[in-house]
Order: sequence, then C-alpha cells, then structure tokens
Amino acid sequence: MPLFFRTIFKTRGEAIAFGAFLLLLLVILPLAIPVFRLNLVGKYLSFGFVAIGLVLLWGRCGILSLGQGVFFGLGGYCMAMFLKLEASDPITTAIQSTPGIPDFMDWNQITKLPLYWEPFKSLPFTIAAIFILPSVIAFIIGWALFRRRVGGVYFAIITQAIALIFSLGIDGNQGYTGGRNGITDLRTLCGWDIRSENAQYILYFLCVVLLFTVALGAKYIINTRLGRVLVAVRDREDRVRFSGYDVAMIRAFIFAFAAMLSGIGGAFFVLQVGFMSPSIVGIIPSIEMVIFTAVGGRLSVLGAILGCLIVNFGKTTFSEAYPDLWLYLMGSTFIAVVMFFPNGLAGLLEKIPTSKSKFASLLARFQKTTPAVVTKATPISDEN
Amino acid sequence: MKIKSISNHFLKVACLALATATAQAKPTTAECNTTGLAVTDDTVTVGQLHSATGTMAISETGSIQAEQLAIDQINAMGGVLGRQIKVIKEDGASDWPTFAEKAKKLLVSDKVGTVFGCWTSASRKAVLPVFEKENGMLYYPTFYEGLEQSKNVIYTGQEATQQILAGLDWIAKEKKAKTFYLVGSDYIWPRTSMKIARKHIENVLKGSVVGEEFYALGSTSFGSLINKIKLKKPDVIYTAVVGGSNVSFYKQLSAAGINSAKQTLLTISVTEDEVLGIGGENLDGFYSCMKYFQSQDNPNNAAFVKAFKEKYGPGSVIGDVTQAGYLGPWLWKAAVEKANSFDIDKIAAASPGIELTNAPEGYVKVHANHHLWSKARIGQWQKDGQAKILFESELIEPDPFPKGYQ
Repeated sequence: MPLFFRTIFKTRGEAIAFGAFLLLLLVILPLAIPVFRLNLVGKYLSFGFVAIGLVLLWGRCGILSLGQGVFFGLGGYCMAMFLKLEASDPITTAIQSTPGIPDFMDWNQITKLPLYWEPFKSLPFTIAAIFILPSVIAFIIGWALFRRRVGGVYFAIITQAIALIFSLGIDGNQGYTGGRNGITDLRTLCGWDIRSENAQYILYFLCVVLLFTVALGAKYIINTRLGRVLVAVRDREDRVRFSGYDVAMIRAFIFAFAAMLSGIGGAFFVLQVGFMSPSIVGIIPSIEMVIFTAVGGRLSVLGAILGCLIVNFGKTTFSEAYPDLWLYLMGSTFIAVVMFFPNGLAGLLEKIPTSKSKFASLLARFQKTTPAVVTKATPISDEN
Repeated sequence: MKIKSISNHFLKVACLALATATAQAKPTTAECNTTGLAVTDDTVTVGQLHSATGTMAISETGSIQAEQLAIDQINAMGGVLGRQIKVIKEDGASDWPTFAEKAKKLLVSDKVGTVFGCWTSASRKAVLPVFEKENGMLYYPTFYEGLEQSKNVIYTGQEATQQILAGLDWIAKEKKAKTFYLVGSDYIWPRTSMKIARKHIENVLKGSVVGEEFYALGSTSFGSLINKIKLKKPDVIYTAVVGGSNVSFYKQLSAAGINSAKQTLLTISVTEDEVLGIGGENLDGFYSCMKYFQSQDNPNNAAFVKAFKEKYGPGSVIGDVTQAGYLGPWLWKAAVEKANSFDIDKIAAASPGIELTNAPEGYVKVHANHHLWSKARIGQWQKDGQAKILFESELIEPDPFPKGYQ
C-alpha cells in the first residue's frame, strides 16, 4: 500500500494538497453553503471528470481534443434516457396521444418507443453504456485517425467537426433525442427523487468521491510507465515509434480513456442538473472544457479540478453580480491566464520558491532524474 | 408615424385606467405573504430571467425592456399592494442549463415573488421543472407551440392554434389559396406549428401542402428551397423560420425575384424586431400573422409606444413578443391584487378570469388554462418596417392541447 501511495504522490506537498482539497469539498463546503449552492458545486465538479481526461490526453500526451463535449454528451444522454423513461410512465403521461413514451416523442407524432431506447429501461445497461459507449466511439475515431498519423491541429479540427455533427444530429432528430429542447423534466432514479435536498447532498458526495477516485487513478497512471510513455509520445513521437511502441494504439487508448471519464461526468451532470440538452455537447462547451483545464493547469490533475471550480464559480458569481458585463470579465480572465501562466494556476503554484534559493532548487532538479519530474520542469512545446 | 399626433392625455388616461384597481387597503406583510417570499412592508422583489448575452440576446432584449417599462410604470403608480417592485436581473446567457441554475437561484436564494422571463421553448422547458418543484411563478411572453400547461406559468403569448388557424383561414379566403409550401426552422415550435397548419389546410380548408421543409437553426442557404418553390408554384409560402436564418431567407427570396407582386407569403415568425434585421424592402407586401403590431391604432397602444420610445430611444421598435412581455407585470399586479396576497398558490388560483381592458393589443383575459384569450391580426409589411393591419379576428380561446390537430 505505501508503495501505491508513493507512486501516486511524488512529494508530501502533493499529498497534503490533495487531502486539503478533499477536506474542503467533503466537509467545509457542505457545512458552509446552502444545498442549492452545493448542488452548483456538484455541477461544476461534473466537468472535473472531463478535465482530468484532458490532463491525461492533452497535458500528458499532447493531443488537444476540442470535442470532449461529445463524450460528455453521450454519457449524459444515456443517463437522461434512462431517467426520462422512468419519468414517462403511462399514468403521468396519460394526457398524451400515446401514453408511456417520453413527452417529446409524442409531440413529434412518434407512437412507439424506438428500439434503441428499449435497453435504457434497465439501470445496469445504462451504467454500462455510460462507461462503454463514449470510450468505444472515441477508440474507433482515435484509432482511425491516429493510425493515419493525423495529429496536432488537424486532430483538434476534426474533433471540433465531430462536436458540431453530434450537436446538429441531436438537433435534427428531435423526435428521438428531444432536439434543441433536450431531454427535460427528469425526476426519479429507480423511484428515488433526485430533485430533493437529500438526494442532492448524496449525489454531491458521490460525485466528489468518484471524482477523487478518478483523480487518484489518473495520478497513478501519470506516475507509472504508461504515464512516461504518454509524455514520450508527446515530446518525441519518433523515438517512441522507433523503440517499438505502437504510438497510434497508445493515443487511441488514452483518447478512449479520456472519453470514458467525460461520459461519467456527463452522467453526473444530468443527475445533478435534471436535464440534458444539445447546448452542453457542441463546440462552445467543448472549448469551455479545454479552458477549464487550461486555467487550472493542463499538467496537474488537482489543478484541472480546481480550474473547473474556479471558472464555473467565476461564471456564476460574475453573472449574478454584473449581468451585463460578466462575459467581458470572464474573457479577460482567460486571456490573462493564457498570457501570464501558460501552465495554469497549478503551474503558478509550482513556481513559488521554497525556502531554498533559486539556484539550490535548480540544482536539486538536476539531481533528481526521475522522468516525471523532468517533465514538469520542461516547458511544453507549442506544436500541439 | 402616427404616434407624434397623440398627446400626453392618452398616456394619463391609460395609466389612470390601469390604476383603478389599486384603490384597496394595503394588507400587512404577514397577511399577504405567508410563504416567506421576498416581500417587506414597502417592497416586493421579483426576478427577470432572459438572455442578456449570447445568440438569443438580440431577441430577448425587447422583452427585458418592456417588462422593465411596465415595472417602472407600476412603481410610479404606487406599486403592488402598496409595495414598490424591486427587480433582480439574471442572465440566462442563451444557455439552457444556465437558465435552470438562475431560475433556481431566484426562487431558492432570492425568494422572488414572481419571475418574468424566458423566450425560447428550450429555456422554458429547462426552467419549468424548477418552477414546479420550488413553486414559483413564471410569466412567459413568447408565442409558442402549446402542448403545455402549468399551474406555475402564465403564458402571455399565443399558443400555436391562436396564431395559425385564423391566419390560414384569412389567406385561403382572401387569396383563394389552395396550395401551400411550408418552411420552418428545425425545432419544436416550427415542427408543431406546421403540423397544426397541415391538418388545418388538409382537413378544414381542403387545400393541399405541396412541400414541407425544415432547416437547421442558423442555416443560411436556401437556394435549393427557392428552386423547389419555383417548380411547385404554391399559392402561399407559409413560414416559421427564425433567428439569423430569417435574414438570409428573405434576402435570397428577394434576390431570386420572388416578391409580393408574384408570390403570396404568410409568416408566423416575423415581427417588427426581425424586420429590423431583414430590411423592410425585402419583406414589402408579405404578410405576418401576430396578435400585436406596433402600428395598431388605439390610444393605449399609442401611449405604450410613446413611453417605450421615450425610454429606449426613437429608433426602437416593438414586436409581438415585446408587447406580450409588457403584459406580464400588469397581469401579475392584477392577480396579486385580486388575491390580496403575494402567495404563489393564491396568485395561480386568482389568475383565471383576470382581464386587462387597456392592453396595447386590446382586451386580454386569462383563461383557466393560464393562457390568454387574444385576437389574431394580419399585417402586411411596408418598406418602412411597419405593418399595415388588414384583418383582425374575434377573440380566440387558447387551446394548448388542440383536439384533431395532434
């Protein structure tokens, strides 16, 4: 066990930061803020899953995806389909021409539940789909592109196009997807009212615990050989290939893994917000997810979660305080972060000098030769 | 415009008439607020939730302004139950999850007495569960697809049948129209509206639909559609195209030589606000079916238009939804005063039957289903961006779940 922890946390400082963050989210916030605000924090944290995926994918492996909203959406829609079917029992929907199907289908003259909706009546199937569907789709896309050595900007553009196609596809098939309105008015999960205060507390804690489990897992990956290979693929792709590694497979795998995390985030988003709509899966939200990660720090798992919290908290606070000006405030913050802290807030923290002199710390860096530490010190090239 | 000739006198008459109902004793806060809303002895706080930013801002600004104007006028007259209205403005940012978040904030944290807000169906669908769960009240101004009815919403715009049937009847009668080409943006409102239109055309008017097409929101190329229209030569093009697509659609029609001299076109999605973007010359002679046009000739409307322009500048225009937004605060005030309480349940119960005799659009009355009785009007667009009103229907009963049209 201690070995496991030493793999996850390289320094004592990291472990303390992790613990302090967990304490803040699990104890201090629930005691300090009303459940409505806590529910919002839960919503922000659902983007944290995407951000952790982006740390691995973008920060570590150098693949910038501008389409993570698609996988967030896939997970979210799976969850929403299950909840919507549960909310559409024949008694509550008695007013419809065809009772027992989701309301938006009835509005679109659909009289029978489409076949692919049927399995979403089952919770185990839905949970499996949330995990498997985004990762399988991402793997296929990733494998097809990376095998042809599509990378860098071209990959970013293609993922962006996929995000556009996905949101247009949902928009255009409103009888089957709820269209622009999305899938709304979700009420219960296996009879448990997800809108009650109690449920919101439980969902929040569940979200935090799962998020931090995922964060530990991500840190573990970063500090194992896989993590080092990822960095190697980012920095010296050719050498990795010549050493006999299958670069396309590594990339496709990490893309699929990041997609799976996004899907989990999407499911938690739906549970805590109570609906799903194409406005959360398209290009703009996908870029926003990259921004969360960039602000927090794309190299640091904790930083990325912090980024999600800070950006979303800023969005809520600015927009409540200055409804007319808030977009400008947000925009200037992003510009400032990108200009002055290219490695995000986490990068800023790492720059704070300790008691040692600058020279001494530099020396220490040279002496430590573990690859992960070297990576942290190396500025990322801008090609990706 | 005619407004210039109207004296201040009418404004006073309108205000006085609206003020008649206020002459009742002021109840104590404990009496009129039993559920802990943000009501004090002197003030009542309400929320306003529209998109001030994002793609919808251009459409929702009119509603924001009209609601603010109504609230200012009510405050100038002494407020509601002797309490001045304070507004908490929130930005839904054209983003539906944000709408849900802000709605919850207004109801749970701010405990507002009511909310005036939303514009698109998607934003309403996003907040509706919040309003029902937290028991709030929403005044929703946009004409919409119907198929909805909630204790917690007062719909001050028209549901689909109120806007569609009378307009189609008129065009069939006046233009001897038999063939229709239906064009809409691809989302729930145009889809539902066209479904109702098609049933009415086929079953009641005994005409035929020669084409029906939906374009993605924001779509800007209508070339193939224009070719099909030229081929099918429908008597009427019937449209529900919205947003940015509107501008491209009418400009391309006009560029292709399809104008009112050769082609009859009736739309349910163009108000004075859209004309600003499209340009009056591209719409000259086409028809819109709405419940309100800025050019309506009555003293109440003249006073409203004058007050609106004084507050927001002489270049501002007032569309159908803007006027419906203006009704919201007045209807809420009337309901509160009838109930003698700010409690949501009492307002909801008191709302059916409430009338405004002096609304800019004319007489309106709240139906038991929380929609308004209203008239449909046909306006013919002029080059200056105003409509010439050619037809006015009887009061139409709101029927959000129309039998035979589903």
